[in-house]
Amino acid sequence: MAEEIIHSDQSGEVTMRVWRGDEDGGEFVEYVMPAQEGEVVLDVIHRVQASEAPDLACRWNCKAGKCGSCSAEINGRPSLLCMTRMDTLPFGETVTVAPMRAFPIIRDLVTDVSYNYEVAKRIPPLSPRDKTQDEVDAGGYRMAQIDVERSQEFRKCIECFLCQDVCHVVRDHEENKTAYAGPRFFIRSAELEMHPLDTNDRRQLLQEEQGLGKCNITKCCTEVCPEHIKITDNAIIPLKERVVDAKYDPVAWLGRKIRDRTKRTAAEAAAEAPSSGPAAVLPPGGVVAIPQPEGNGTGIPVYTAAPAAAVDVPPADDDGS
Amino acid sequence: MREKTLTTLEDASVTPVVLGGARGGPDVPTLRTDRYWVQPVVTFAVLTSFVAYASWAAFVNKNYFVGASMNRNLISPFYSPCLTASCVPGASHGPTLSWWTISPALLILIFPLGFRMTCYYYRKAYYRSFWLAPPACAVSDAHGSYTGESRFPLLLQNAHRYFFYFGLVFNVILTIDAIVAFQQPGTPSGIGISVGTVVLLVNATLLWLYSLSCHACRHLCGGGVKQFSKAPIRHKIWKALTPLNGRHMLFAWMSLVFVAFTDFYVRLVASGTIHDYGFHF
Repeated sequence: MAEEIIHSDQSGEVTMRVWRGDEDGGEFVEYVMPAQEGEVVLDVIHRVQASEAPDLACRWNCKAGKCGSCSAEINGRPSLLCMTRMDTLPFGETVTVAPMRAFPIIRDLVTDVSYNYEVAKRIPPLSPRDKTQDEVDAGGYRMAQIDVERSQEFRKCIECFLCQDVCHVVRDHEENKTAYAGPRFFIRSAELEMHPLDTNDRRQLLQEEQGLGKCNITKCCTEVCPEHIKITDNAIIPLKERVVDAKYDPVAWLGRKIRDRTKRTAAEAAAEAPSSGPAAVLPPGGVVAIPQPEGNGTGIPVYTAAPAAAVDVPPADDDGS
Repeated sequence: MREKTLTTLEDASVTPVVLGGARGGPDVPTLRTDRYWVQPVVTFAVLTSFVAYASWAAFVNKNYFVGASMNRNLISPFYSPCLTASCVPGASHGPTLSWWTISPALLILIFPLGFRMTCYYYRKAYYRSFWLAPPACAVSDAHGSYTGESRFPLLLQNAHRYFFYFGLVFNVILTIDAIVAFQQPGTPSGIGISVGTVVLLVNATLLWLYSLSCHACRHLCGGGVKQFSKAPIRHKIWKALTPLNGRHMLFAWMSLVFVAFTDFYVRLVASGTIHDYGFHF
């Protein structure tokens, strides 16, 4: 029983097979360490550093599964080193630790994850609607909890990029990196797409530039997420369905056309009627230009689109009808 | 109403990432040491078995209805609704298509088949087990290039919601079949319960659970709403469907296996191989 708890072999030792190398190549090096009870893989890696390989490169920070730094592949499975207990690994077998496979190696267990930051720059940030007069009077936006609770799951992301690492779209097909956002950024887009204040319509962007269609929903991102975010069920598939709303659903298209036509007619009537107050003042065609705010008071930069390239993606149902 | 003035396409073009950087780790398909291949192998075996059985059952064109001669009213789900002139007496669901001369099952199976083929769960299952893209997580996929569902023919996966609509129609028909199965013509009261009745009822229930847990259903019923506070009824429906959606895989397998079992049971009774035990009121 004691052996199981500390994950040692009969001799009370654990054998770690750790990738050592850089962009010029590398190899696995075995380190045999005394087993200690209650350790996680990162603890053993630290003891390897302290005793046998002081030059072993390993990125880490919080040791609590919250900073997302120590991502690697343990026995071939993308995992956090700090959240993988030694006693959960096969008893008595060598533990293999390799860097994340999807990203370029820097050294040993450290990879260059800048691809993710480049993708992040291309996610349009929140572009909130104007405040209503009530909200101005109250000092800020007001949102109902049921409108934001879906997005809160996605805010748990610690950006460990294990989902990006395991996604075969870029892991096995490097060329897709130029036009594929990946699971981490699909949940970011889903968070914003479901945000009650956001005025961006991200569906065409997701489909045409961020490669949503390349995802074949094999759910590996969900399997490896240390925060247990249901990436596929709650973010990617809802996004795919929203793209279907906009692009592949003729019934929804017809419904929008009828609804838009109805609204245009009402707007035209309102424009022709004598002005009796602010509600009757609408521009021809009923299209209300959205003032682009310069800032939202939170320090978050607000994206302003070039009008010439406005995308005519039909709106999704948002009125419950 | 959502506004549609903002786009970011022009600024979100090609991601400037340097491709081809040397990667760490050995150049092998996977470093996994667990039995990751078991799941795709089992999935492959079960789905292949189902397709083989369903194809045989659809082409065989007999023993799909247990009628008044056996005091029963049981029809196989593979042959319901039976809409062709070739349907055996008593099995017909109304208007018949006289120009269809081969098995009536071949006329209707395309809809439930399409529903399952485009289902988000089954896509995961067969992409992994048949297409090996990838066979398991962190295991190299078996293809030199990859475009996923962004091109024809896989672009057609986006038709899932239409097959969902058709699936609902089939669920209604199969539910009616299960209720009608309580009829036991030739008995004093004409009504009774048998094993076949229960089998048809369980089958219809599982098909409803599979359909209602569907991701497209969850989206259409409420997931597509931007502000739930403005659509409280759809929010309630969405909240109710979400736990079902979490068990979509379970319902997918249970309903798949049971629909084949239902056909098999009806077939055994219709052919006289077994007796459908039951009682009448």
